[in-house]
Amino acid sequence: MADLLFTNARLIDPEAGTLTLGSLLVKDGRINEILPQDIDLNDKRFPEGNRIDCGGKVLAPGIVDIGVKVCEPGERHKESFRTAGLAAAAGGVTTMVTRPDTIPTIDTPETLEFSKRRGAEMAPVRIAPMASLTKARAGREMVEMGFLMDAGAVAFSDGDNVVSDNKVLSRAMTYARSLGALVMGHPQDPNLSKGSAVTSGKFASLRGLPAVSPMAERMGLERDLALVEMTGVRYHADQVSTAVALPVLERAKAAGLDVTAGVSIHHLTLNDLDVGDYRTFFKVKPPLRSEDDRVAMVEAVASGLIDVICSMHTPQDEESKRLPYEEAASGAVALETLLPAAMRLLHVGAVDLPTLWRALSLNPAKRLGLEGGRLSVGAPADLVLFDPDAPFVMDRETLRSKSKNTPFDGQRMQGRVLRTFVGGTEVYARA
Amino acid sequence: MTFRAKHLLGIEHLAPDEITTLLDLADQYVDLNRRDVKHSDTLAGLTQINMFFENSTRTQASFEIAGKRLGADVMNMAMQASSVKKGETLIDTALTLNAMHPDLLVVRHPHSGAVDLLAQKVNCAVLNAGDGRHEHPTQALLDALTIRRAKERLHRLSIAICGDIAHSRVARSNILLLGKMENRVRLIGPPTLMPSGMEEFGVEVFEDMREGLKDVDVVMMLRLQKERMDGGFIPSEREYYHRYGLDPEKLSHAKSDAIIMHPGPMNRGVEIDGVLADDINRSVIQEQVEMGVAVRMAAMELLVRTRREAAQEQGVMV
Repeated sequence: MADLLFTNARLIDPEAGTLTLGSLLVKDGRINEILPQDIDLNDKRFPEGNRIDCGGKVLAPGIVDIGVKVCEPGERHKESFRTAGLAAAAGGVTTMVTRPDTIPTIDTPETLEFSKRRGAEMAPVRIAPMASLTKARAGREMVEMGFLMDAGAVAFSDGDNVVSDNKVLSRAMTYARSLGALVMGHPQDPNLSKGSAVTSGKFASLRGLPAVSPMAERMGLERDLALVEMTGVRYHADQVSTAVALPVLERAKAAGLDVTAGVSIHHLTLNDLDVGDYRTFFKVKPPLRSEDDRVAMVEAVASGLIDVICSMHTPQDEESKRLPYEEAASGAVALETLLPAAMRLLHVGAVDLPTLWRALSLNPAKRLGLEGGRLSVGAPADLVLFDPDAPFVMDRETLRSKSKNTPFDGQRMQGRVLRTFVGGTEVYARA
Repeated sequence: MTFRAKHLLGIEHLAPDEITTLLDLADQYVDLNRRDVKHSDTLAGLTQINMFFENSTRTQASFEIAGKRLGADVMNMAMQASSVKKGETLIDTALTLNAMHPDLLVVRHPHSGAVDLLAQKVNCAVLNAGDGRHEHPTQALLDALTIRRAKERLHRLSIAICGDIAHSRVARSNILLLGKMENRVRLIGPPTLMPSGMEEFGVEVFEDMREGLKDVDVVMMLRLQKERMDGGFIPSEREYYHRYGLDPEKLSHAKSDAIIMHPGPMNRGVEIDGVLADDINRSVIQEQVEMGVAVRMAAMELLVRTRREAAQEQGVMV
């Protein structure tokens, strides 16, 4: 593989928490050297031809996105490894951590191997598959965790099917602990949130939609964390989205539990009022929260209490969304909008670039034991070059995903991915 | 005359002057409806389709009579929500009907927002006859007309809405309308049947009925659905009647000339005492039904006028 030299780039190092002007040398698909701006580029150890002048734009580790739904197997009309991979590459996502909530569920080594193989063949970015925690995500029997880990499962999650039987969950967690496996939970009390479409409050009451109290999230998180304390398992909450849940998370971390938490980009950039006149593209799970909650989540990302920002990429076709709000499917595509939406947090001055990349690439990679996500010598050259300021109007028809269900359609955004590299190979270049 | 709305989807989208215009016109139709010959040709040649995805006798009959008295060709379609694959069919049905060029579509649907969705897909005027727990605009308008005729004004009144607010589209539309017309609105009900965040609508919330009824001009009772009485939301029918049923003693806390309203159908002995409901000095429940036809006639005429004016501006005759 030819060497590659990026020059004149603003480099994000999320480990050091720095943003510095400099150059970066890639050899054999890995980061070989990070150089200050004043280096003599005529040095013969640098490649002559393969040079990319970044023009002062930002070069960062590629995004490691926990919780991407690919819809393959089962619903390839909504999304495939090919289209999700292209969307990821165009969005600066170099590792898709895929969800097991497909049809059938990824709950055996055989189905996991199918995902890995399809991903490797069809997607230009890396795939790190998750498996379900219980068979068919039914919440009754645990999956073959040992075999699945051997096959490459990076975490175990039943997604939004909350395991309601505490005995089942405690046993699965105990078994996972013995293997050092990461269990990912969806903190939500399933009874309190049953049938709900929006978060309770003035808006829900005005629209007459079935609503759930934010307290259902805290109750779910408290239940999960009690079992984490009991079993000692490594635990990641897929999405924490309410202010009332944050003190619970903070206490668990202070008590030394091996706990991390994520938040979706939608809960950082949108609130419940955005649903407006029953716009189903804004229906996500958990539902969009109040503005106070949104602000609290942004602050928690800035402080590091929330570890991970993810897209929660969930493709839905038009038929699933063009329904009365209560009946419409939940979820939004976000692989391509994750980075520009995250730039909103930068441009309002809420979070700086190194902090954002700690949550977008470093922390998820560390939590899953993946190599990427770092801008350090020896790390794989999974890189994204982007212009954080470039403005554009989002047009959902331009998305590479098969499904176009983005809440950002027609909105003004800032932040364009220019080029994306996986292992030093270019997988996307903006035309 | 001021009326700009293209559809009647909810009170939320109406301005106070539009509400007044509609009520003024409805007043004229009350007179027409009391004559021997109750006919006008205002909607002659136009087609009105009533699509009810949820059972209704009263509202559907009211819309049908309203359309017929204005000379429209009225067709009723009983859409059994349970027998069709919901949603998908809603859009498909809308497109199919649209191809038949109706002029007025009256829709009731069990899901909030479903009528808004349908209105986006058709070219004719859509009237919301009740969508889920969201809105029931013609009910609020007929209530407003009833109040205005009984109290000779529709502002600076103190109005209590009592009962199952949480599941009531009637309550939501009334809260919005009475608020827009600058009245004091009080909500009374058990906390399990009170939606969250109601204070933010500029209303007062009471759990004690006597306290809530104190000195009000209007007492608006809501129907308690049978399925809410099973212990899930309230302990029992009899405890509900004891605490929230309207009887002469509780009514004595309201003003001596306070009127009693109910959108019907009533559960006598559950939310309202049977004798009170029939008391012609206090109850305006029968007037509400009468006003319903007049308000629906006015609403349909105004929507057709808006469409005709828009078409004329584009140089097209309707």
